[in-house]
Amino acid sequence: MLLDILFGHLRLDSIPYTNPLIMGATSFMGVAAAVVLASIFYFKKWKYLWTNWLTTVDHKRIGIMYILLSFVMLLRGFSDALLMRSQQMLSVGTHYGYLPAHHYAEIFSAHGVIMIFFVAMPFMFGLLNLAVPLQIGARDVAFPYLNSFSFWMTFSGAFLLLISLFIGDFAATGWLAYPPLSEFNFSPDVGVDYYIWALQIAGVGSLLSGINFFVTILKMRCPGMTMMKMPIFTWTSFCAMVLVILAFPILTVTLALLLFDRLFGTHFFTADGGGNLMMYMNLIWAWGHPEVYILILPAFGVFSEVVATFCKKPLFGYKTMVYATIAIMFLSFVVWLHHFFTMGAGADVNAFFGITTMIIAIPTGVKIFNWVFTMYRGKVIYNESMLWTIGFIFTFSIGGMTGVMMAVPPIDFQVHNSVFLIAHFHNVIIGGVLFGYFAGATYWWPKTFGFKLNEFWGKCSFWFWIVGFYLAFMPLYVLGLKGMTRRLYHYDVASGYHAWLIVAAVGALLILFGVICQIIQVIVSIKNRNHPDYIDLTGDPWGGRTLEWSVSSPPPFYNFAFTPTVDCIDPYWAQKQKWAKEGKPTEQPRYVDIHMPKNTPIGFIMGIAAGICGFAMIWSIYWLALVGFLVAVITPIVRSFNSNVDYYVKASEVEKIESEHLRRAAS
Amino acid sequence: MTTQSMINDHHDDGHEAHQHHMDQIDIFGFWIYIMSDCLIFAALFATFIVLRDGTAGGISMKDMIDYPYTLAETIFLLCSSFTYGMGILNSYHGKTHKVMMWLVFTIILGCCFVGMELNEFIGLHLAGHGPTSSGFLSAFFALVGTHGFHVTMGLIWMIILVIQLGIYGDSKTMQRRLTYLGLFWAFLDIVWIFVFTIVYLMGAV
Repeated sequence: MLLDILFGHLRLDSIPYTNPLIMGATSFMGVAAAVVLASIFYFKKWKYLWTNWLTTVDHKRIGIMYILLSFVMLLRGFSDALLMRSQQMLSVGTHYGYLPAHHYAEIFSAHGVIMIFFVAMPFMFGLLNLAVPLQIGARDVAFPYLNSFSFWMTFSGAFLLLISLFIGDFAATGWLAYPPLSEFNFSPDVGVDYYIWALQIAGVGSLLSGINFFVTILKMRCPGMTMMKMPIFTWTSFCAMVLVILAFPILTVTLALLLFDRLFGTHFFTADGGGNLMMYMNLIWAWGHPEVYILILPAFGVFSEVVATFCKKPLFGYKTMVYATIAIMFLSFVVWLHHFFTMGAGADVNAFFGITTMIIAIPTGVKIFNWVFTMYRGKVIYNESMLWTIGFIFTFSIGGMTGVMMAVPPIDFQVHNSVFLIAHFHNVIIGGVLFGYFAGATYWWPKTFGFKLNEFWGKCSFWFWIVGFYLAFMPLYVLGLKGMTRRLYHYDVASGYHAWLIVAAVGALLILFGVICQIIQVIVSIKNRNHPDYIDLTGDPWGGRTLEWSVSSPPPFYNFAFTPTVDCIDPYWAQKQKWAKEGKPTEQPRYVDIHMPKNTPIGFIMGIAAGICGFAMIWSIYWLALVGFLVAVITPIVRSFNSNVDYYVKASEVEKIESEHLRRAAS
Repeated sequence: MTTQSMINDHHDDGHEAHQHHMDQIDIFGFWIYIMSDCLIFAALFATFIVLRDGTAGGISMKDMIDYPYTLAETIFLLCSSFTYGMGILNSYHGKTHKVMMWLVFTIILGCCFVGMELNEFIGLHLAGHGPTSSGFLSAFFALVGTHGFHVTMGLIWMIILVIQLGIYGDSKTMQRRLTYLGLFWAFLDIVWIFVFTIVYLMGAV
């Protein structure tokens, strides 16, 4: 009884001691965490960590933390992928592979959740944090505290998902947790609760980030930057943020209703008692379809920046690019039903959603042509970012075309729930979203850290990724047409799947080499960061076109000593042209004080408290949930009594930092 | 980007003007938050409309509606917006004590609303028509309850503002906070008009 009150359903045997795979992974994670913690102690970096990272409200640092989180989660999500590919390769005929069926179901569910929510989303917000305020000539985002809070919410969500591995279990329901399987009767374990709370907490963070960047882009642009003079990455991010604001509240409601069903026994999505389980599919995809555009639009923006920079030409068709992005933004809200054509909504409804889906291919096609025409007759520099971009153009086009195929309802009835679909969405998500974010990370890396990444290992990684990708997923198209269903645990020899699945597993292995190359690339680059080939003294290593390249690398914490004024689309490029003609102005500027927000632990405390509240709710430890909730609610109230939240950077300090940069750039 | 304008134009970027600009951004941000909250209610309304007939043999809206009672709730809530407006008007004239007085009236009216709603919920539950009885009742409790939860949060917020008004007087910051809550409170009124129409009035026909 006392144990129930103190620990809810949490007991020592909630930890799966008997499963060697999980315990191995757990010990690996534990050792890694211990090494990190020990080295922080050893180097006495707690104070540095606290003042410079945990409590920071600087968008650049928050961006770095987002991308770091995303990369750690990518390793976990990718390990899941390797497990799935090897299981499917082995589980044929009389063999049943090495994973128990239930564990396998948890792995494919976790893989999807991790990749979308904790790899792609943080990566996207990381890139936005790094680039958007700099691109629009702002000193920070509109709400720096909210930004920090959003990050720590995402962190807490990711942390909940990670610990589900060894305390309890994770949902075995697929990545969208369709009822009735996700209802309490059919999934009585804590897995689905982990799913709900991890996503709910991270989802609130994403929603608030969306509001933050929406307001930042609309209200914080520097003088002269009209909407049609915004850098294209800022444009696509803006449209993605509109989608975040409109879509994430739906996710919040959907997950809350599922939680009520499980916790209180309500009848929202039950098959009996007047519930309607198809409503869940409608609600979750009304969020889920815009979500894929939330991920891909910023990637489109990255490609546009990269292609213009490395072809030394203005982007072809800036205006059509903007209108295409806006068109996709609107269309993404009227296609959700194509995820369940087989629901039986009738021919007219299916036809409507089929046609709207096909229409999306038109603005997307416009974009593809714009990139190709930008390269046409340009001086293309084939460095790593550009390789990702070219790889994307080919791969994404294929993925887009199979998408149009599935937009035809009769075809969809044939391939629905088959691995054809799996091949399609990996084709667009890896080939589009992930390649885009890798291109962006490589492109903005020198801006963020002050040195470039190693090209050789980057190119190796690219070739492993792209060859591995084609080997891993082209067989799935074939298998899908042969009728192989997704999430399959075991199959007969006679099915003829085996050979194709071996090829797919080899592909996954090649991608693993790609990931290893990326790790080597980062290590090699950090080691050589002061080498002349790597270090970026000027702040403009690529010959950039937009404002972020006009400041030092890494930028000073206040970004711009003076708010810039712009009068064209590629302002920094125009300025450099002018300098080349007329010479750089030599007049010594008179620096002024700069108004900046102070660091604060509020976001960190609230985010972690929300995570604790979530963990306690998962295990029904209600006292702890209440404590977490109260801390998360009372902290901002206490802060509202504190008016001492900002300060002025003295002009003399600004001058010191700026002249140091000028000195370095001149050397 | 011209360097000359970069150097010269922004020296007189007054701190006052900067603060005003930041306040505007804050209020704009709050509007956007309210729009996203709108989406939460939109999803709940959609859920309610889908599940309205899922009574599973239990009671339907027709059986449980009590016009005068709901009307009284509505009047309490609408009046509370009026008193809040009076508070805002007084804050423009710097009459801090009058602002606090009107906010206290608003809190009382808001509490009456929440109290009546709770009474309705408890009554339904005791009569065996709790949120677990049918899909319809689940959706009813979720939609009306989410609105009630928002009103409760607004009330807690209002109590904090009254305390802060007592401590800080009617500063610029307090005026901005009053504006936020005013937007929030008006928003909840509008949502309630839809609840009243779609849940109660349309449920009765």
